[in-house]
Amino acid sequence: MKVGVLALQGAFREHREVLDALGCEAIEVRLPEQLASVDALFLPGGESTTIGKLLDSSGLRLPLRARIADGLPTFATCAGLIVLASEVLDGRPDQEPLALLDVSVRRNGYGRQVASFEAPLQVEGLAGAPFPGVFIRAPLIERAGPGVDVLAGHDGAPVLIRQGRIWAASFHPELSGDLRLHQRFLQQEVAA
Amino acid sequence: MADPIEPQSPDALHLEDALHREGADSSRATGTATVKRGLAEMLRGGVIMDVVDSTQAKIAEDAGAVAVMALERVPSDIRRDGGIARMSDPAMIEAIQAAVTIPVMAKCRIGHFAEAQVLESLGVDFIDESEVLTPADEAYHVDKWSFTAPFVCGATNLGEALRRISEGAALIRSKGEAGTGNIVEAVRHLRSILGDIRRITVSDDEELYGWAKDLRAPIDLVQEVAELGELPVPLFCAGGIATPADASLVMQLGAQSVFVGSGIFKSDDPASRAKAIVEATTHYVDPAIVAKVSRGLGDAMRGIQLAPSDTHLADRGW
Repeated sequence: MKVGVLALQGAFREHREVLDALGCEAIEVRLPEQLASVDALFLPGGESTTIGKLLDSSGLRLPLRARIADGLPTFATCAGLIVLASEVLDGRPDQEPLALLDVSVRRNGYGRQVASFEAPLQVEGLAGAPFPGVFIRAPLIERAGPGVDVLAGHDGAPVLIRQGRIWAASFHPELSGDLRLHQRFLQQEVAA
Repeated sequence: MADPIEPQSPDALHLEDALHREGADSSRATGTATVKRGLAEMLRGGVIMDVVDSTQAKIAEDAGAVAVMALERVPSDIRRDGGIARMSDPAMIEAIQAAVTIPVMAKCRIGHFAEAQVLESLGVDFIDESEVLTPADEAYHVDKWSFTAPFVCGATNLGEALRRISEGAALIRSKGEAGTGNIVEAVRHLRSILGDIRRITVSDDEELYGWAKDLRAPIDLVQEVAELGELPVPLFCAGGIATPADASLVMQLGAQSVFVGSGIFKSDDPASRAKAIVEATTHYVDPAIVAKVSRGLGDAMRGIQLAPSDTHLADRGW
């Protein structure tokens, strides 16, 4: 099993380190030929406007959309969630999301960096301690369609969701030091 | 794969249930080291551009900048004009915040904690305690732990970097020599910082105390560097980047992102150059892509070669 981490910009190294710790073969994806070889994909946090532009200049936008639509197990965090959403509020007018996830997200919906926060999260089906949620200029999920399962919420909004083989978090499991969500995603969507 | 965790329940909860689950904790801890350093991680592999107004800020965002640095004069103009360089007008910073969706950074003078307080109150996403402005305190830097907003600080060597981290900096950048368009100083600073880190990782426990003494840095941070093989916060490059190849050079040396100050808006074609530097920073390991984006950009900023008697901004900071 080969797991890709989109490495155009953002916190891709942290996802790689978690995958290394779980014993997965992980590669960084910057070009279409790298995408073609992976069995699962992580979309990291970063700046969604920057990542969107680099998807175009690197020729990844269409192949990425096609592979995910075709059932590639994908875990998107923060900016990655914005990239996959069907509707982006408070984004740039030219920001064109991939519309693979039936949600409306508001960019920086929790506020600027001074409002970035940590909070413990109760995740459906995850036993043991609460999961440490790290929210950084996080997008706010304002609407989730009927086909979207909510796996965790915080202060009245979903923060971890699943639609088909796509998982998405508005927080950063890769910064938390807790491997459980990466592990759970891989076991459920890839190993099975 | 590691050991399996507990079995997955077949039915995921739907929205209503998740939002009303008992025990869901709505507490929030802001301003922690994790969220401060976390924003620095989100900027990794990106380009942060100096802008002086909302028009430039939009050009930077259009080109794919991960953040903008709002300031009244770019460093090359500060260098030319002389005088005292201070924090920017809050109205100008607010205009830039209103114009873009990406993070907005702004500079305060070294040691000027009141300017830093003003910037935090404006909701600035990252505060740069910067040698480009005229220092306000000849002995002390700002106590950055006491702020909710994260700070970035410049460094010329590892000791300076660790002192800034000990004061609470969430991000370190090389100082380079701002406003010159000459990459040589940034390369010197990166090589110094990264070379010493490599040497520390092969030092024994007794030698680490010697390093702490020589670097004038806290022993616990020296020990942490020895264990991690890198700084405990991200290291970006600033000072003198003018071309896509400059960005590739410093990324290959070990910088994790680049700040471009005068290099974009003092060039012939800022929009094209900005976009080219963004792409070169992502694809820094691929010379064919760096070549492709470097074609036909027009003239880079002219740049200056400093004489020993000229003002060296990098000497500011203690």
